[in-house]
Amino acid sequence: MVATAPAEAVTHPAAGAELDIEQVSHAFDIDGIELPVLSDVSISVEPGEFVALLGPSGCGKSTLLRLVAGLDKPKAGRLREDEARIRSPHPSRVVVFQDPTLFPWRSVWDNVALGLEAQGILRSQRHRVDDALDLVGLSSFRNAYPHQLSGGMAQRVALARALVNDPKILILDEPLGKLDSLTRITMQAELVSLWQRKGFTTLLVTHDAEEALVLANRVIVFSDRPARVKADIRVDRPYPRHRGDPYLADLRRQILGLLGLDATW
Amino acid sequence: MSTYSLSDGLASGAPRASRAPLLATWLRESGVGVLASFAWIAFGLSCLWWQDVGDWSRTHSLGIAAFVIAAIALFGTVGADYLGSAGQALHKRAPWLVALGAFLTVWEVATAKFAWLPLPFFPPPQAIIEVYTDDLPKLLDSVFASIKLQLGGYLIGATIGFLTGVSIGWSRAVGYWVHPVLRFIGPLPATAWLPIAFFTFPSSWSASTFLIALATGFPVTVLTWSGVASVSNAYYDVARTLGAKPSFLVLKVAIPAALPHVFVGLFMGLGSSFAVLVVAEMIGVKAGLGWYLQWAQGWAAYANMYAALIVMSLLCSGAITLLFAIRDRLLVWQKGTVKW
Ligand SMILES: Nc1ncnc2c1ncn2[C@@H]1O[C@H](COP(=O)(O)OP(=O)(O)O)[C@@H](O)[C@H]1O
Ligand SMILES: [Mg+2]
Repeated sequence: MVATAPAEAVTHPAAGAELDIEQVSHAFDIDGIELPVLSDVSISVEPGEFVALLGPSGCGKSTLLRLVAGLDKPKAGRLREDEARIRSPHPSRVVVFQDPTLFPWRSVWDNVALGLEAQGILRSQRHRVDDALDLVGLSSFRNAYPHQLSGGMAQRVALARALVNDPKILILDEPLGKLDSLTRITMQAELVSLWQRKGFTTLLVTHDAEEALVLANRVIVFSDRPARVKADIRVDRPYPRHRGDPYLADLRRQILGLLGLDATW
Repeated sequence: MSTYSLSDGLASGAPRASRAPLLATWLRESGVGVLASFAWIAFGLSCLWWQDVGDWSRTHSLGIAAFVIAAIALFGTVGADYLGSAGQALHKRAPWLVALGAFLTVWEVATAKFAWLPLPFFPPPQAIIEVYTDDLPKLLDSVFASIKLQLGGYLIGATIGFLTGVSIGWSRAVGYWVHPVLRFIGPLPATAWLPIAFFTFPSSWSASTFLIALATGFPVTVLTWSGVASVSNAYYDVARTLGAKPSFLVLKVAIPAALPHVFVGLFMGLGSSFAVLVVAEMIGVKAGLGWYLQWAQGWAAYANMYAALIVMSLLCSGAITLLFAIRDRLLVWQKGTVKW
């Protein structure tokens, strides 16, 4: 497959950052026994690219995302954002976790405002919070508390809380995993249109091959733990994509094969 | 025949059927209120009907007051529709008014009228009223002294406890030094310090403030600490990726997340500090409700003791109500909190 930068990235040259994961290995210490989780992972992500990470459960995908976010440091190897080493978290790389983890003591608006408040720029930038809430269509719930929201709405608030920081890299750890299939499909479409408008680089972990193929320019398949890159597949299809597209169906069969599932799927 | 009896039944039965429920509804709506009125009339009569076995000056006034309450209960019940929320409130409390009126009647008869209960130890209601009217200045002085002492000690203890709890929960180094001290001293009842405190502190007032602060501080510290320690790491991860500095993590993540625990600690601290307050006042401080109780006992003034006890329980209950009100304001985001 030809490695061409996606059209969307070209229209927003400055919005997304380049991400380089270079020979990263990581391991956890469990009761004195070393558990290798990532083994020599190298991935180079172009600015504005939408990369999906697929792999067996427990192989180390979330661990890799935490390293990219700067929440943990790798045992070996380097991570770089636009050539600069990633050593600690930074609001240019924001994570949306599988659980929305909204702060229950803050209203929806205050949750979205969290990043700007933490960086001390909320006072002058309040409109950005309103804009982010508009973006995910939850302006009318600005004063609600998290326990008053449905799962899909909470996840949209979490997305707004990430987007308000204008991240250069958006890191998504199975953000739609727990949603019902209808909400999921709607939010997939919202995600693509947001990405197309904003042009940030996106890293999406998912366990759903179809989701990966509908959303991403590139699908990376990991092996069992410790995770190695097993395949790096380009998805050269225009958006919006259709689930019935035979080209995607063919890729899906290929990916499921890589994940050890039979060709009967 | 069948058609005739059917129409007859309808014609004569319908009005009766509609009148009976009307009465039943009225009884259900207002019966308890009227009963409350009767109970208080009974109390008023019990005051005025017989001669007192002792010498009490407020018997007559108490009887009149009981009739006034009975009248209010009656008019409040009959006119409930015009009284809005006040009528609603009366309706809700009517069963309690009945019970209270009945209890006071029995109390009055059993003490002032026939002395079935041994007299100096069980004073009648009018004796307690007499304390409130005739010994008011001294009682008020005691109330203010108690509030001042309690408030000072509690605020100091709660503040120090909160700060200590946050520090131990947050910093390993602070935890290393403070935790053993806390384990060693904390479980000791604050009252055990009384003898030492009273001769090491410059005044009995400062000694008591210290003891109340100690009694408050321990539970507040432990619960604040456990609250901070149990904050999910996921919250910190989210805040850190959004650019939060350590001060933000403490002030805007750890503390708000721990607040429900903190309030449990404040509640427990309030309870144990009341105990210390009363003991400290009885033993060392020459003011306050605890001292008043002690003084009344010395003079065998049992009515004064009951009067002071009632005031004390109102104050303690009021303090807890206040604490719960503050908690409900600060923790609106919690669902299903206990109502006090
Ligand atoms: N903080 C941790 N301490 C120890 N082991 C961990 C920790 N986080 C993850 N692991 C282990 O690392 C492996 C990979 O986890 P994870 O990256 O969450 O997998 P997934 O690909 O499902 O997201 C799992 O076996 C998990 O038990
Ligand atoms: Mg995971």
